[in-house]
Amino acid sequence: MSSFVSLFSYDFMINALLAILIIGPLFALLGTMIVQKRMAFFSDALGHSAFTGIAVGVICGIVNTTISMVIFAVIFAILLNHIKKRNPENVDTIISVFASVATAIGLAVLSFGGNFSEYSSLLVGDILSISRMEILYLLIIFVVVIVFFCIAINKLNAISINPTVARSHRINVQLIEDVFAVIIAITVMLSIRWVGLLLINALLILPAASSRNISVNMREYTVYAIVFSLFSGLLGLFISYFVNIATGPVIVIVAAVIYFATYIYAIKYQKG
Amino acid sequence: MTRFTKIKKQACGLCCIKVKDLGVRFGDNIVLSGINLHVHCGTITAIIGKNGGGKSTFVKALLGEVKHTGQIEYRNTESGSKKNLKIGYVPQNLNIDKSIPMSVYDLFTSFCFDMPVLFRSKKINEKILKALSVFDAEDLIDKPIGTLSGGQLQRVLLSMAIYDEPKLIILDEPVSGIDSSGMRLFYEKMKFLKENYDMAILIVSHDLEYVYKYADNVLLLDKSVIAAGSPHEVYKTKSFDDTFGGFKFDDIGVISDSGIDDSMKKESKSIVKEEPFDASYKGGKHE
Repeated sequence: MSSFVSLFSYDFMINALLAILIIGPLFALLGTMIVQKRMAFFSDALGHSAFTGIAVGVICGIVNTTISMVIFAVIFAILLNHIKKRNPENVDTIISVFASVATAIGLAVLSFGGNFSEYSSLLVGDILSISRMEILYLLIIFVVVIVFFCIAINKLNAISINPTVARSHRINVQLIEDVFAVIIAITVMLSIRWVGLLLINALLILPAASSRNISVNMREYTVYAIVFSLFSGLLGLFISYFVNIATGPVIVIVAAVIYFATYIYAIKYQKG
Repeated sequence: MTRFTKIKKQACGLCCIKVKDLGVRFGDNIVLSGINLHVHCGTITAIIGKNGGGKSTFVKALLGEVKHTGQIEYRNTESGSKKNLKIGYVPQNLNIDKSIPMSVYDLFTSFCFDMPVLFRSKKINEKILKALSVFDAEDLIDKPIGTLSGGQLQRVLLSMAIYDEPKLIILDEPVSGIDSSGMRLFYEKMKFLKENYDMAILIVSHDLEYVYKYADNVLLLDKSVIAAGSPHEVYKTKSFDDTFGGFKFDDIGVISDSGIDDSMKKESKSIVKEEPFDASYKGGKHE
């Protein structure tokens, strides 16, 4: 027990805990709609664009590369959204092309002169290095997401079911989709340093996918996703502290265990 | 008085929707051209035609989903003013996965209300129940939509479509995946809508028997309007015969209590020569 209390004697642990308390519900909320709208591949591609965002920042001499990452990701997201709309049959191919190109350009620029190791931490992330200021950014985007959800969750839902019917109910489909894509882009870019490019999509998708296995309406879907996300975040943090392994992967492993448990439960007792 | 009971009024028969010279092309490929249509509230217009004849594209053009030439006008003669036309749409199916965590309440709220679906409101619940009850679907309110049968989902979608008080309701091949009794029920509901609500009904259909019995006007499409008028008129044209070669008026007998009299069946045996047509509204019922 004393070792558990000692966990919070470190500032970095308190910061990590605060970050998880924000990232958990934030990712869970976004994830529910990403899964609902079948955009899992889209958010993954956004993560990959982070390298190019940094590369653009380095080339333009921007000191705070987070800004260039966010700007690049927002442009990338809107562009992808519009090209996707023009070619609805080939969405996965188009996203894959965009993601590969963005990653390749980013890696090429950043590896120039053999400096890539400087940026490799982006791949796995490190939640223990987050500062109070950066937690504040996450808190701001969290509030923005909550407000956006209060206004747009019905419309996003409607679009995910059938965009044509949504339009006939006077829903501005393109605007809502663009705003949603921009919000995903900003969230992913502000969290990628702490969660890591390789794991960020897992954290977005797994809680929602687990919740989907066992819920029958939107209220259950959202609440379970938030609970699963927070639970895996906190448990992952504690396990990684005591076992001394990287936090991000442990969180994802816990979330994955929950996914498979709910999957088996669904086959046995419910939807199967 | 609730919103829903307020819209329940007889069609004035005066509002009209005019489609003038509508055309659609995808690149060099002309999919539709020269479509004229004139529909009034309180009527059922059926669009029939072979597959690939442009029925779905026409619907998409009406809904603003594809770019088109020509004009779509709506005139509300009751108030003497032109307004934006509100269109309700019921798609062929929803293409949802069976495990989608969404109840009928969630579906309805997502499309028709602003209150976030994450909070369940008693007021909205009552409004939805009332809307669903028009199509005998109030028992379905808490059912996950992935578990609904084709007919049940159809009734829910219809309730949603008319909740917004559209002036035109478009149903895209709504009867696929529904059995014969379900289909009959569906067309009876269309008749009920026609008689009790102030809206024009446009149905894309393959069911020639039911179209004959229930539609006031028929539009036979094959890249353009190749026959139009009352079902009785259209079914006698050469274009109709060319499109649906195997169809005989005797087939209509499969609908029990169809109400189609013998004189009509006799007439059917003598195919009249094809008359020039215009696609405008002929008015009145075909009987």
